[in-house]
Amino acid sequence: MRILYAAILLLAVLVLNFSMMHLAPGDVADTISQSMGGADQELLDQIRADYGLDQPFLVQLGRYIGNVLQFDLGFSFFYNKPVTELILQRLPATLLLVFVAQILALFIGVILGVISARKPNGIASHFVTILALFGYSAPVFWTGILLLIGFSLKIQIFPVAGMRDVTIEGGFWIHFMDIARHMVLPVITLGSIFLALYSRLSRATMMEVLGSDYVRTAKAKGLSEREVVYKHALKNSLSPVITLAGLQFSAVISGAVLVEAVFSWPGLGTLAFQSIIARDTPTILGILFFSALVVIVGNLLTDLALRLVDPRVRSKG
Amino acid sequence: MTAPLLKVENLRIELTTRDGVAPVIDDLSFELGAGESISFVGESGCGKSMTALGIMGLLPDKIGRIASGSIAFEGEELSTASEKRLREIRGNDISMIFQEPMTSLNPVYTVGEQIAEVLRAHQGLSKSAAWASAVELLDAVRIPNAQRRVSDYPFQMSGGQRQRVMIAIALACEPKILIADEPTTALDVTVQAQIFDLLNDLKRQTGTAIIMITHDMGAVAEMAQRMIVMYAGRNAEQGPVDQIIDRPRHPYTKGLISCVPHIMATLTDERHELTEVAGIVPSLREFGKNQCLFASRCAMVTQECLDNRPPEIEFEAGQKSACWHAGTV
Repeated sequence: MRILYAAILLLAVLVLNFSMMHLAPGDVADTISQSMGGADQELLDQIRADYGLDQPFLVQLGRYIGNVLQFDLGFSFFYNKPVTELILQRLPATLLLVFVAQILALFIGVILGVISARKPNGIASHFVTILALFGYSAPVFWTGILLLIGFSLKIQIFPVAGMRDVTIEGGFWIHFMDIARHMVLPVITLGSIFLALYSRLSRATMMEVLGSDYVRTAKAKGLSEREVVYKHALKNSLSPVITLAGLQFSAVISGAVLVEAVFSWPGLGTLAFQSIIARDTPTILGILFFSALVVIVGNLLTDLALRLVDPRVRSKG
Repeated sequence: MTAPLLKVENLRIELTTRDGVAPVIDDLSFELGAGESISFVGESGCGKSMTALGIMGLLPDKIGRIASGSIAFEGEELSTASEKRLREIRGNDISMIFQEPMTSLNPVYTVGEQIAEVLRAHQGLSKSAAWASAVELLDAVRIPNAQRRVSDYPFQMSGGQRQRVMIAIALACEPKILIADEPTTALDVTVQAQIFDLLNDLKRQTGTAIIMITHDMGAVAEMAQRMIVMYAGRNAEQGPVDQIIDRPRHPYTKGLISCVPHIMATLTDERHELTEVAGIVPSLREFGKNQCLFASRCAMVTQECLDNRPPEIEFEAGQKSACWHAGTV
């Protein structure tokens, strides 16, 4: 049932994306003629006919959807490669960035939330409030650039851009450490917004849960403070945070586009950015399609996580 | 008489509110013998639950505190005991069941786990031994098919069943004192009767002393040997249940008793008007005053009641009443 919904949703995304791209002025013929230093109307028409752009909208749409159903996302005029191949090349880098940022933000956010909920007037609590304010209000690209200036230029501990150093040779671990080093700043940049969200929410839910009747019961049982907080309270406060994390998946991906642009991270975001500049419609559509796919998969994963945490969700399943 | 199991003397519990500090328990003393059952009666907000939380050492953090007086359990002072020592006592020697069975169990753990964890914490039982005991306990609180239901989650059980689970948790370590804070308020009448029966049976089997907190005079008559009537954080009257119901020595107790409707022997009998105690409980701000706090609702009020706090006057069999007119009530 859920998979059927997901499929319908994907189809709707496809139609919507395609229509919107069609509405935007300019197409690949303009770009090509521009790079040739201008072309007359005849040549433009010729290019459009070659790429099937002279067909009526509905025909183009039908053709596109038909192709996608056969896992063919089209051909990139700009990169001269099939879009699917192009995207699959870039996807792992984005997924790596997105998942590491999400998971770290969740993990640290929940820990900060718990610590600050236990001492609502303590230092940790004020730290979370300030962090949240910063995370909410600082734009991603600004944070990214500041971090770059601070930790790549002034204090040169992290690389400026990219995902790996091509000059490095060695075994798996050396490459692993190299990528990890490159990831630090982008992950901090992307994760900071979500860390702010999650720590605030888990602070709020944790405070509510700590005042609940079953926590009082746990105390009345004579359990240790640690068991009361981390066994009885924490598991109950996780559901809202997981739900929010699921909802934020799309925001994480759009955030990734900006972060990748700032750090030249070789992922989908950079690809999207470049292909928008180049008016490479098939690539843009392909990326949008994959983003939708990632979001939907992310939501399914969220549901699974909720089931693990809350037996009430399981029984409704 | 041997030394009492629990001896509370001149207990004063203060709550910090926006209006300042209010004594929600003001000069309360009572004793509880081993295997005895005692009832606290009174309207909402009269400090019954605070007494229970005070004994458990579970007063709300930073808001409530024991200001003076003593709570001695088997001669050991609890009001100054360390948190570690209190944890050893809680759930083991003194345990508690609460008013709200619907929310008092943790929704994300099985009832078996919630019973078993007390046994692991206090009796050092292994995982499997604790689980086996949990099944036995569920059976003892008369949950049918305990073997299977032990893996149920709270949301799969009714209110009455959840309260039985709470009782199973409370009795798991065979405590010396069980504090039941309005255990049946949230349940319907037939289930109430079942829970009372269960508590009475378990009490007979285990010899646990019960402190029952309620506002239901019927429950008192059914459950307790002695009762303490509380009003506005103070002890209004205490003594043997039968004697007090027969001959109350405090106008408030009298009012409470006359609130209970009686079933007529025959339908032709004249039906009494259902009475109530007129007026409302004083607000927390007035709690500390040196006067009788019931005066504003009392039919027998005189100038004396407004000027000075009444002393406790003793009658036969340990009946005590804090009223200036106790002799003439």
